Amino acid sequence: MVKNGKKGGYPADNFFKGLTFLCALLIVVIMTTLFIQLFYQSVPTIRKFGLEFFWSKKWDPVNLEFGALSSIYGTIVTSVIAMLIAVPLSFVIALFLVEIAGPKVKAIVSQALDLLAAIPSIIYGMWGLFIFAPFMQDHVQSFLMKYLGFLPFFKGIPMGIGMLTSGLILALMILPFISAVMRDIFQMVPPVVKESAYGVGSTTWEVSYHVTMKYGLQGVLGAVFLGLGRAIGETMAITFVIGNGYTVSASLFDPANTIASTLASQFSEAVSQPIFKSTLMELGLVLFIVTFGIQVAAQWWLNRIRLSSGGGL
Amino acid sequence: MNQKQSENVKISVRDLNFFYGSHKALIDNNIDILKNKVTAVIGPSGCGKSTHLRVYNRIFELYRDQKATGTVMLDGENILSPEVDILELRRKVGMIFQKPTPFPMSVYENIAYGLRLHYKLSKTEMAEKVEKSLRSAALWEEIKDKMDKPGMALSGGQQQRLCIARAIAVEPEIILMDEPTSAIDPIGTAKIEELVGELEKNFTIVIVTHNMQQAARISDYTAFFFEGKIIEYGETEKIFTKPENKKTEDYITGRFG
Amino acid sequence: MKKRPVLFRRLTDRIVKIISVLAALVGIFFLLWILLEVLFRGASSFNFQFFTEISLDGENGGVANAIVGTFVITLTAVFIGVPAGLLGGIFLSEYGRNSRIGNLIRFASNVMMGMPSIIIGLFVYSVIVYNTGSFSGFSGAVALAIIMLPVILRTTEDMLSLVPNSLREAALALGTPRWKVTLHILFKAARTGLITGILLATARVSGETAPLLFTSLNSFYWPAEPWWHFWSFFTSPTANLTVTINDYAMSPYKGLNSMAWGASLLITACVLVLNVFARYHFREKTK
Repeated sequence: MVKNGKKGGYPADNFFKGLTFLCALLIVVIMTTLFIQLFYQSVPTIRKFGLEFFWSKKWDPVNLEFGALSSIYGTIVTSVIAMLIAVPLSFVIALFLVEIAGPKVKAIVSQALDLLAAIPSIIYGMWGLFIFAPFMQDHVQSFLMKYLGFLPFFKGIPMGIGMLTSGLILALMILPFISAVMRDIFQMVPPVVKESAYGVGSTTWEVSYHVTMKYGLQGVLGAVFLGLGRAIGETMAITFVIGNGYTVSASLFDPANTIASTLASQFSEAVSQPIFKSTLMELGLVLFIVTFGIQVAAQWWLNRIRLSSGGGL
Repeated sequence: MNQKQSENVKISVRDLNFFYGSHKALIDNNIDILKNKVTAVIGPSGCGKSTHLRVYNRIFELYRDQKATGTVMLDGENILSPEVDILELRRKVGMIFQKPTPFPMSVYENIAYGLRLHYKLSKTEMAEKVEKSLRSAALWEEIKDKMDKPGMALSGGQQQRLCIARAIAVEPEIILMDEPTSAIDPIGTAKIEELVGELEKNFTIVIVTHNMQQAARISDYTAFFFEGKIIEYGETEKIFTKPENKKTEDYITGRFG
Repeated sequence: MKKRPVLFRRLTDRIVKIISVLAALVGIFFLLWILLEVLFRGASSFNFQFFTEISLDGENGGVANAIVGTFVITLTAVFIGVPAGLLGGIFLSEYGRNSRIGNLIRFASNVMMGMPSIIIGLFVYSVIVYNTGSFSGFSGAVALAIIMLPVILRTTEDMLSLVPNSLREAALALGTPRWKVTLHILFKAARTGLITGILLATARVSGETAPLLFTSLNSFYWPAEPWWHFWSFFTSPTANLTVTINDYAMSPYKGLNSMAWGASLLITACVLVLNVFARYHFREKTK
C-alpha cells in the first residue's frame, strides 16, 4: 500500500479517505440494518405463532392464522428441480464452449448465454404465464400423467402451473449464470496440464472430468452455491405460474408457493393488517437468513480449499 | 544423415512438413530415431524443435489450425494416418513438458490416472504398478510415505519426476521430453539427467533441449534444427567435435543462438 | 495387464460431446423462443397511443407515464448508488486491500449481491414507506440504489486493482495529493471498465420489478403533474414499466395483456441494448 509522506497526512486526503470509508461501510450498515429491521418487524408473528410457524400449513388471511411450511416447501422443491437440471446442463455447456466449439461458435453461444442472463425476470414471468404454462399443460403435463401418473409427483389436474413448471423456468434462469462461471473456470486450466492428460492417452471427456473439473473444483462449487442462492430468491419469474396455493402437496402440478412468491402476491392484502404484514416480514427474514447462510458457506468453503490444496484455482 | 542399421530404427520420419495456419514451421524433415537410444534435438529458439517433437504423439491436433503432412513410421505404422488409434498411440508415446504438470490429485492418483484409463487392475496390482513406476523414476524412496499428498505440493524436481513416473506407468515405448529441466533447479536437473541414462535401457528417448552441455552429456545422437529444417544429424560425439555443416559448428561454438 | 475396451471409452466421449452440443442448442432455442415471442407480441401492441398517452383505468391508454417513470426512477437510483459505490470501491482498492474491515465490507458486499431483490424492497418499505406514510417513486429508487451499490463497489475495486502500482507511485512522486491521484489518474486509467460496470448495473436494475412492488407501486398519472411539481416523486406512487407489466399481465382484459407485452418489449429492448452496447464498448476500448 502506498502511504502519504507528511506526518498525520493532508486534510484533503484524510477527508477523502474518511469519505470513501463511510461509503464502503454503508453496505455493512445496510446489511445489518436489514437484518435488524426484518427481525423487529417479525416480532408480532414470532410472538403469536412461535416455532410452530415453521411446520404449520395454515394460511388463513381471514382469521389471521399463518404457517410457513407451504412456502418453505415450495421454495425447496422448485430450487431442487432447478438445480438438478441447470447444474449438469451448465457443465456440458461449459465443456462445449471450452473444448469443442470453434472460436466463432463459442462467441455466438457465449453471447446468447449473456443475453439470456440479462433478460429481466418479469419477462420470464410473462413468457411463463402466457406461453410456457399452456405448453406444459397441453403437452408435458398430460404426457407425464399418462405414463408416470402412478407417481405421486404427477397426480392432480394439469393446469400448466405448479412446482414443475416453476422449477423449469428457474433452471432456465440460473443456467446462463452457472455456465458462464464454469466456462471461465475451465478456461483457467493451463493448456500444458490438459496436454499432459491427453498425452497419456485420454479422451476429451476423460480430461474434462478427471482433470479440468478437479482443477477448478472449488470454483465450480462456488458457482453452484451462488446459483442456488439465486434460485431460492427468484420472484417474478415464477409468481405467475406457481399457482398461489397454500398446500404441501407431493404433486408437482398442484398450485404451490415459494417464500418469494408469497411475498409478492400477498403484500397488497397484507399491508393493512399488522399480523399479516409481520408474517410476511418473518418469511422475508427466513429468506434473508438462508441466503446469508449460503453465502457464508460458499465463502468458507472457498477459503478452506484455497488453503489446504496444493494449488489449483 | 541416415546410415544406421534399419532394425534399430524406432521412428522413421519422411518428408514431414508442419503448418501453423499458413505458416510453414517444419520443412521436409527426414530423420530416423534409433531404438533405446537418447536422441537430443537442439537449435536456436523458434527453430521448430518442440514442434517436431509434438508430431510424434500428435498432441498438436488439439489445436485447430495446426497441421502435419508426410509420414512418421512407428513400428511400421504411419502414425499420421487417420486410422491410427490415437489413445493407444499416446499411451505408447509418453511426453514430459517443460513445466512440471502434476494433476490436482494425490501422488498415488497421479500415477494411477493413466493406468485406470487403459487397464483393468485390482487394487494390489495397481499399488504394485504405482510403486514400480515411482522406483523407475527414482522417486519412490523420497515419496513412499507421502503418497496421499497432493502432487502439486512436491518440489519442482520431484514434480517433474512424478510426471516421468506417470508417463512410464502405462508402459510406453518412447518418451518425449520437451526441455524437461529448464524450469528445475541444478540438483533436480542432475537427478533427472541421471534418470534419463537409466531409462534409455528400456525406452527410446527424444529430448529437446536448449542447453548444449546437457545434450552433449546425456544423448547418444543429436539432431540440429535451424528454421524448421534438420541441418545435421548424427552421433553426439561427432556433432559436437567434428560437425560437417558450418551452421552446426557456428551454433555449437556459440556464434548465435 | 488386462486392457480396457477402447470402444467404451470412445463411445462415452462421443455421447458426451453430442449431449454438450445439444445443451448449447437448447440454450439458444429458449433464448430465441423468448425473444421472438416478446418481439412479436409486443410489437403488435405498439401504436401512437401506446407511446403518448398515460394509462387509463380499464382498457385504453398507453404507457407513456410508465416510460417516464422508469426513466426517472432508474436515473435517481444511479445518482444515489453510483457515487457511493465508486467511493466505496476506492476505499477497498486503495486503503482496504488486506485489512479486516476491508474483508468485512467485501463479505457484506457479496451477501447483498446475492440477496433477493424482493427482500430489499421489503426493507425499504419498512424503513421509508412506513415511516413517511406513503409509497413513492423515490423509495423505489432507493431500493434500486441498494441493489446497485454492492455491484458498483465490487466492479470499482476490481477495475482499480488492475491499475499497476507504478502509475500510483509515479503520480505521487510528482507531489500529487492522494485524492487527486485517485479521482483523476486512476479513474482515467480504469475508465472503460468502470463505465461498463455502471452500464451493466443500470441495465440490470432498470428491469427489476420485485423491489418496486413495495415501494413505488404503480400509478395512472404522470410522475409529476405539471412537470415542475417534482415532489410528488417523493410522496406518491410513480408509474413504471415493470410494475405495469406485473399488473396488466394478471388482468382479465386482453387489451391490458397486450399492453403488458408492449411494455415487456420496451424494457427488454432497453436492457439488452444497454447490455450489448456496454460489452461492445468494453471490447472496442480494450483492444
